[in-house]
Amino acid sequence: MININEVIETNKMIEQENLDVRTITLGISLLDCAGPNLSEVNQKIYKKITRIAKDLVETGDKIQREFGIPIVNKRISVTPISLIGASCCKTIDDYVTIAETLDKSAHEVGVNFIGGYSALVTKSMTASDELLIRSIPKALQSTERVCSSVNVGSTKTGIDMNAVKLLGEIVLETAELTKDRDSIGCAKLVVFCNAPDDNPFMAGAFHGITEGDAVINVGVSGPGVVKKALETVRGRDFETLCETIKKTAFKITRVGQLVAMKASEILDIPFGIVDLSLAPTPAVGDSVAEILEEIGLEYAGAPGTTAALALLNDQVKKGGVMASSFVGGLSGAFIPVSEDQGMINAVEAGALSIEKLEAMTCVCSVGLDMVAIPGDTKASTISGIIADEMAIGMINQKTTAVRIIPVIGKKVGDRVEFGGLLGYSPVMKVNGFACDDFINRGGRIPAPIHSFKN
Amino acid sequence: MKKIVITVVGKDKVGIIAKVCSYLANNSINILDISQTIVQDFFNMMMIVDASSTPKKFDEVADELDQIGFEIGVVIKAQHEDIFNKMHRI
Repeated sequence: MININEVIETNKMIEQENLDVRTITLGISLLDCAGPNLSEVNQKIYKKITRIAKDLVETGDKIQREFGIPIVNKRISVTPISLIGASCCKTIDDYVTIAETLDKSAHEVGVNFIGGYSALVTKSMTASDELLIRSIPKALQSTERVCSSVNVGSTKTGIDMNAVKLLGEIVLETAELTKDRDSIGCAKLVVFCNAPDDNPFMAGAFHGITEGDAVINVGVSGPGVVKKALETVRGRDFETLCETIKKTAFKITRVGQLVAMKASEILDIPFGIVDLSLAPTPAVGDSVAEILEEIGLEYAGAPGTTAALALLNDQVKKGGVMASSFVGGLSGAFIPVSEDQGMINAVEAGALSIEKLEAMTCVCSVGLDMVAIPGDTKASTISGIIADEMAIGMINQKTTAVRIIPVIGKKVGDRVEFGGLLGYSPVMKVNGFACDDFINRGGRIPAPIHSFKN
Repeated sequence: MKKIVITVVGKDKVGIIAKVCSYLANNSINILDISQTIVQDFFNMMMIVDASSTPKKFDEVADELDQIGFEIGVVIKAQHEDIFNKMHRI
């Protein structure tokens, strides 16, 4: 039987170290909503989402009460909308009506984000993909809860540089249209390489076409728990360090698995995966950068950061993988700048640059995340940053992403407030040398040699 | 059998256990295990109880225990035991 010390340990993680289930994300396939008539498609989408997700928020709250663990977000991901709108959307405004339908559905069922206003390009854009991408700025301006993502490359197919070029312009346009709110539209737009089909975390969540009709994916989190555990082994060797991270990751992930199974049972929707990520929030003590500091760095960004992050990411996976029957999504340490107090401190101290962040993305999940840059950055420069990040993903056979925010009217060193879980950030310096001729070439970068495994 | 873990944390005083136990007895909730310790000067008590015979719903029991805790100046939490089993047992 459980003993009192185990009970105290668990409750301490929850009450003092910010252990929580970051999200229960309900994936819903909208493939059966597609058709030639736009208003019918919108109706079908609204009906399907509000029918399947009607009990999602209540279920999350019920599980929270029963186990005494906070379930911070309840969210929905849907089939990439460029597939659903392909036969009925002829203009940008047609696509925007679908974004508005998604937003209305999210409000109706009470979720705080709905992801999947997306296009899967990788090799080349269809007319529908391109139209959806061009509609993103307006869609993100006119909705509150819709999140958008575009997958522009993969290890199997290479990188569509036409899409990369276009997205540089789209990111800037999105920033411009939401400049009255510190260009917040860009915080809801992610550009991916090797995007996973089952990611429960926003803004990049969508319900992949390989998925079933509906599925429950759960994202756990607990950087604070790892940090506290590491405080007890300060000064000890790497073996002890790694073992401690692994054991802690196991415990955190077990809670995710329990919540996922319970949600699946109550909602009668199959369990998909647990995403064992360390996802920080702006709250003090809920930071991945603070773990890096605890490992022995003065600030995130100091020499040694990439190695420390690599071992952290690997041990989190090793500990978590045995704790869950299905692991998926992004699974690793997240390094968003504005959502992590330790990262913000590192930028303000001058310890962390975009170039170092880029190196860090080679060894952890995701990529350049929630990075605020000056609003006068050129579209081609943003495309160049995206291309670099996509290349890292393609060559290293991993997911990488860019969620970058050119904040209109702000310059290096200014502070930007996004609010809530999105946090705040100092505007970071961007390398000002041009890459226009590179971006303007057009076409695609071929798949790497190691993609030919057949 | 539905097992619930009840934890009581707060400043030690006369009658905490009596108060919680009489509530449980009045609601047909059987105590299976009980232990207590002092952590950083705070009274910590844990009970594992069998709540399968009570007519009340989990939420009601949790809310009423919370209220009792408020009255006597301690924090009382009720949680399904699965969260502890999952985390600490393979």
